Amino acid sequence: MRRQRLIALFVLGALLLNYPLLLLANRAESMFGVPVLFVYLFVVWAALIGLAAWTVERRRDRDSGRRTPVRGGSPAQHSGARR
Amino acid sequence: MLSPSVVVAASLLYLGLLFGLASLADRRADQGRSVVGRSSVYALSLAVYCTAWTFFGSVGRAATEGVSFLTIYLGPTLTLLLGASLLRKMVRISRYHRLTSIADFVASRYGKSQLLGGLVTVIAVAGTVPYIALQLKAVSGTFGVLTGSSVPGTVDLPLSSDTGFYAAVILAIFAILFGTRHLDATERHEGMVAAIAFESVVKLVAFLAVGVFVTFAMYDGVGDLFSRAAARTDLHHLFVMPSGSESYGEWAALLVLSMGAVLLLPRQFQVAVVENVDERHVLRAIWLFPLYLLLINLFVLPIALGGLLYFPEGTVDADTFVLTLPLAEGHPLLALLVFIGGLSAATGMVIVATVALATMISNDLVMPALLRVQGGSFSERADLSQWVLRIRRGAILAVVLLGYLYFRLVADAQALVSIGLVAFAAAAQFAPVVLGGMYWKRGTWAGAVSALVGGVLVWGYTLPLPALAQASGVAEGFVTDGLFGWAALRPHALLGLDAFSPIAHGTFWSLLVNISLYVGVSLFTRQGVLEHAQAVSFVDIDRFTDLSAPSGAAGATAGRSVWRGTALLDDLRALLGRFLGPRRANEALTTYLAAHPLDEVALDAEASLTADADLVHHAEALLASAIGSASARAMIATVVSEEPVRVDEVLAILDEQQKTLAYSRTLEEKSAELQRQTERLEAARNELMVVNQALREVDRLRDEFVSTVTHELRTPLTSIRAFAEIMQSTPDLDPGQRAEFLGIVVAESERLSRLIGDVLTFQKLNRHAVPDARPLDLEAEVRETVRAVRPLFSRRGVVLDVNATECPCHVEGDADQIRQVLYNLLANAAKHADRALGRVRVSIAELRDPSGGRPLARLDVSDNGFGIHPSDHERIFDAFEQAQHRPTGQGEAPGGTGLGLAISRRIVQAHGGELWVESDLGAGATFSFTLPLLVAEEDGTQAAVPTPGLEPAGPGHAAP
Repeated sequence: MRRQRLIALFVLGALLLNYPLLLLANRAESMFGVPVLFVYLFVVWAALIGLAAWTVERRRDRDSGRRTPVRGGSPAQHSGARR
Repeated sequence: MLSPSVVVAASLLYLGLLFGLASLADRRADQGRSVVGRSSVYALSLAVYCTAWTFFGSVGRAATEGVSFLTIYLGPTLTLLLGASLLRKMVRISRYHRLTSIADFVASRYGKSQLLGGLVTVIAVAGTVPYIALQLKAVSGTFGVLTGSSVPGTVDLPLSSDTGFYAAVILAIFAILFGTRHLDATERHEGMVAAIAFESVVKLVAFLAVGVFVTFAMYDGVGDLFSRAAARTDLHHLFVMPSGSESYGEWAALLVLSMGAVLLLPRQFQVAVVENVDERHVLRAIWLFPLYLLLINLFVLPIALGGLLYFPEGTVDADTFVLTLPLAEGHPLLALLVFIGGLSAATGMVIVATVALATMISNDLVMPALLRVQGGSFSERADLSQWVLRIRRGAILAVVLLGYLYFRLVADAQALVSIGLVAFAAAAQFAPVVLGGMYWKRGTWAGAVSALVGGVLVWGYTLPLPALAQASGVAEGFVTDGLFGWAALRPHALLGLDAFSPIAHGTFWSLLVNISLYVGVSLFTRQGVLEHAQAVSFVDIDRFTDLSAPSGAAGATAGRSVWRGTALLDDLRALLGRFLGPRRANEALTTYLAAHPLDEVALDAEASLTADADLVHHAEALLASAIGSASARAMIATVVSEEPVRVDEVLAILDEQQKTLAYSRTLEEKSAELQRQTERLEAARNELMVVNQALREVDRLRDEFVSTVTHELRTPLTSIRAFAEIMQSTPDLDPGQRAEFLGIVVAESERLSRLIGDVLTFQKLNRHAVPDARPLDLEAEVRETVRAVRPLFSRRGVVLDVNATECPCHVEGDADQIRQVLYNLLANAAKHADRALGRVRVSIAELRDPSGGRPLARLDVSDNGFGIHPSDHERIFDAFEQAQHRPTGQGEAPGGTGLGLAISRRIVQAHGGELWVESDLGAGATFSFTLPLLVAEEDGTQAAVPTPGLEPAGPGHAAP
């Protein structure tokens, strides 16, 4: 699940940080005294990082109890634990 | 300005500090208290991505192109979002196969191919050398700026006074110290990683420091900077991106290149995959590393704008703004800090890149070449581990010096960023074969080789070659006019495609050719056995690895049974000893044997032990970490007597699809079996239905019989009762009439008792076969019966002829029953014989069976009556049935019970004979029956076994 959320986040980022959506922010105006394009790029960037951190860390805390190493366990167990 | 000696001293001090730190980390690693076992250290070590290019070049690019420099950092952010699947899978594969470089990765995936390993190494070196030159240029350039000396790195400068040369030598030594301390089974360099992580902190702090200084000390915050810049019309182009395909293409190309580079550059693969100690660290790096990138880029634009506003246009190289601004403002110590930051970025890159390349060069170029050229003589040297180390040290030195050479000859003319992008484009050539190899089992060795060769040829022609030509001034014409003057071959506008910048153009064409060849050739070539096995173990790595085993040394060899070789333990030990050193080889084997005992008996006689396939695998894996998977396989082959691996075995072991197929085939068989069983059940059900129907028919017949019998019984009863009532109610009945009525009552009673007797006989015959079988003389029985029926005949005036003297007709049977049959037939004949001239003949004859069966006695009773209609010939033998076709004038019922013939036929059949009738309408009827004759045995006893199944030898059933 976490993996899928991150992949979705990747798709979102790839769309927002590319043409043609990028063109929406590509205008000669300012926001808080800073050109809109810069604000847009940094805000999207920071948001991606924040969402990624939230996705990863939140899940990890909940997982940590279950993540005791099981050497030699069957692959099936792992794929189960991983998802 | 600072004096050179101060700068040099500070630099050396810093490098010494790093060295101390790394040694400490190495020592702690040996003691088992690793400092790199933290996810933050892993994330920071990834930041080796940020080189001098980032540190100086980003500002330079931002000052000329605006925001497009950000793509180099947005790409890795996106890639890291895929880290949970992509990077983790790479880590897992590499750990499982003990891969030590990206060349090893590609070579191993496509059948442990030495050719591919070498190819990747060559490409990596070709891409990295200019990149190293970039670092040298940055270090010597900024040193020049800081000390105010002349423009560095020019060709006429003598070697002894070129700071670039000293920088190169120092960096090479440092790399050798950390990268080739000893040969390690995992090829991890904890000290180096710790130093890199520390350097990442230093460069971030230094850059943030200068950023804060420029933004808040020199100017009044970000808003102030941007509003001042907005006032300058010549800077407006930095705030928006130009529209048009060139701008779009550039943006997309840089994004794609940087996405690939963050994992595929040799040094990135080294820190992200090879140096990873715990794959869970990847999870934190997913956001921590992008956060680092964001922070280090936060002040790039402010610094660029500050420099552009501060210095008159064109007087200062924008690449050096981070240094020149603090210097110009009179803060030399800040400038020194920035220089140290830049030095960190450069040294980090050079060290990791050269260590990674040295591993690749020794494992995938030099060792295979030595093994091939010198063959056995080389591999028989006692201790090759020192050789391997020497090769690596030499490789590091060579790569750094090559970088220096490039820097001296070419790099001076180019901006930092464009050199770096060329290296990125080279690394991007690995993307199809690596990603395809991880997710597409069908990718073949031939596909990978052609993809790499094709991609690199296009890359070389479109990117570094024109740059070299323009920089050196040699053959410049081919850049502008195309090779041989063909416009279609212009390296920056292949086939006339000139809508893109050179980097986007080169990226597009090289990746197009690369991917097309990879997919196309793969689809038209086949994989070998080993190649397929490797492909499966890469793509389906999760089935092979223990996910949570921390640094799976133990789990690494489990379940890999493609190689079915066996070898003498001593041979293996000697081989490992030559490459790893005897001590480490012994340690490794002892550890392995402790965990996996070979054989209880053999432990004390280890010398003659045969290593099993698992141990051979283990040895190969150990060796692979020292000399690469392709060479390790070749070496192992020299001591192992490998049993040929059958394709079906490999498939059975490794190919899950195969298993699934087999499983589904079993399912199919099962369902077919079920189908068959269902059909059988169906058949059984049908049979049951038939039987059931027959049973019901029997039931119905019995019911019918019972109701018929009751009906037949009631008829005489009714008449008896009627006459009796008449006589009771009329006492003064005329005596004559009374006598007549009483006669009727008596006759009906007789009939009733006869009927009941018949029914009882009938029922009895149903139950028993032949109740009381004895030998008897048929002729005697006939005479006896004739005597009994004589009155009946004489009353009706019917003549009876008996012709029974010819044969000794001894049969076996129940005399009473046979007599009853005769009686029934004779009475029947008497009744139906002609009224006026009635005549009945009885005859007995012996009937010989032509087919050799038992001889039969045949008895015929013929009358000369009306005869029986052919349609009645069988019906009359049914219970309560009588002939329906009667002669006119004989309307009244024949007065029988309707059971006589049915009973007779049963009796005859029970005796093993047949009863039938032959008749022509108007010409009388002949009832005949057969009985098996008793045959006189030789010993005089008489055997009489009725043969139930015997076909009647007579004229049959008289079918018309």
